[in-house]
Amino acid sequence: MTNPFALVGRATLAFLASSGRLAIFAGNGLQHVVRPPFYFGLIGRQMLAIGYFSLPVVGMTALFTGMVLALQIYIGSSRFNAESAVATIVVIGITRELGPVLTGLMVAGRVSAAMAAELGTMRVTEQIDALTTLSTNPFKYLVAPRLIAATLTMPLLVLIADIIGVMGGYLVGTAKLGFNYGSYLKSTVDFLEPMDVISGLVKAGAFGFLLALMGCYHGYHSRGGAQGVGSATTNAVVSASVLILAANYLITELFFAS
Amino acid sequence: MTTPKLQLRGVAKHFGPKKVLDGIDLEVGKGESLVIIGGSGTGKSVMLKCVLGLIRPDRGEILIDGRNVVGLRGSAKEEYLSKFGMLFQGGALFDSLKVWQNVAFGLIQGRGMKKAQAKEIAIEKLGRVGLRADVGELYPSELSGGMQKRVALARAIATEPEIIFFDEPTTGLDPIMADVINDLIVECVKDLGASTLTITHDMASARKIADKLAMIYKGHIIWCGPKSEIDHSGNDYVDQFIHGRATGPISMDVLKP
Repeated sequence: MTNPFALVGRATLAFLASSGRLAIFAGNGLQHVVRPPFYFGLIGRQMLAIGYFSLPVVGMTALFTGMVLALQIYIGSSRFNAESAVATIVVIGITRELGPVLTGLMVAGRVSAAMAAELGTMRVTEQIDALTTLSTNPFKYLVAPRLIAATLTMPLLVLIADIIGVMGGYLVGTAKLGFNYGSYLKSTVDFLEPMDVISGLVKAGAFGFLLALMGCYHGYHSRGGAQGVGSATTNAVVSASVLILAANYLITELFFAS
Repeated sequence: MTTPKLQLRGVAKHFGPKKVLDGIDLEVGKGESLVIIGGSGTGKSVMLKCVLGLIRPDRGEILIDGRNVVGLRGSAKEEYLSKFGMLFQGGALFDSLKVWQNVAFGLIQGRGMKKAQAKEIAIEKLGRVGLRADVGELYPSELSGGMQKRVALARAIATEPEIIFFDEPTTGLDPIMADVINDLIVECVKDLGASTLTITHDMASARKIADKLAMIYKGHIIWCGPKSEIDHSGNDYVDQFIHGRATGPISMDVLKP
């Protein structure tokens, strides 16, 4: 009955259609990000929700990641007597990769889900339609503040995660692995280049944009009551996570390939 | 001949292979109240969303004061939308905002009015629908269904629109509260002198609100006339609907075992 060509064709068409929808959505969102009026109150509220309330989970993630990184690198590098590299590898690993990526994934879990659920509920209870009938553009009022807030807040979160992550490595390095306090800090700072941190912060901004975009997109287009909102939330988190990982590779390549 | 306030000409819309609207023609005069009746899934809501610019019709024209508004965008669209007020079926109150902020939303966001002034008007409109000023400080989730409907009505009339749409205004309310809402609708509309378009399947509500009734079935307007003629329409479909009979020309798609 089912023609395999039809299956492939349908899947391809569906993929192209949703890519197109997403591109239009992103373009629409960006257009309202740069055009006044700006809702500073809403942006502030979103920054608080995204940034401040993500601090505990981001801090915990960074701390344990830094700690385990120090431990693992020590074990690995001791095989060829390179233990002294622990501090340097921890700081580069955290600032370039693990800080932005893990923060991105944790915030995607918290924030994309919350955005998709909120906008999805607003969609199915007709609140988004109500906005339009009250002469307010939902992109301007709902999407743009979230995109702006996430893009601005993520670099700040990642900066904090970088510091806490390095501190985690420092704690394990000095308390458990027997490094000297001063020399651990010195080798942390000595081989660190500004580009390590900057590239991480650029990634963070891009991840912030992506995770807010996914949350808004899936919420905005959710259909069919509680179940629709549920699957919008799941899709938001999954697609935000995958896009963050893919974007991470692309940005890394842009920064370091040349 | 005067131009009707709102006119639909041959509006059609399909979703995939399903024709939802198949050439709708309607007219609402200035200050007139038109009620559209019809069963579930006959295209009532889609028609309303076409007029509101939330869905773009495939064919046909929608004229406001004689001007076609299909496909308008940007500020031109905002301008015609500012003439509208809408009462949504579920109320569609913003649950992150207080009641008075909901009522004042169109004034503050749409018209750029100062907050203090908008709040005064909001409280006055809340009073208009029989709610005390302290209700304004509550959140929508703290209100009963009937109160939410009243707040939604206050929000719909807050900007003193020229055309107001009511989407199933009495659905989900007890008969007494439904009648209270009907009375409020009639009064508020009379005060404003607005034209209204109501979609409902509640005949008691339709008889109370309407000047003129129209029945929609399978994407067509099958009957349209003044309220006094609804009982002598001579149309079997209309008769079946207003008397709520399960048997007749309208067959529900119910699978029998």
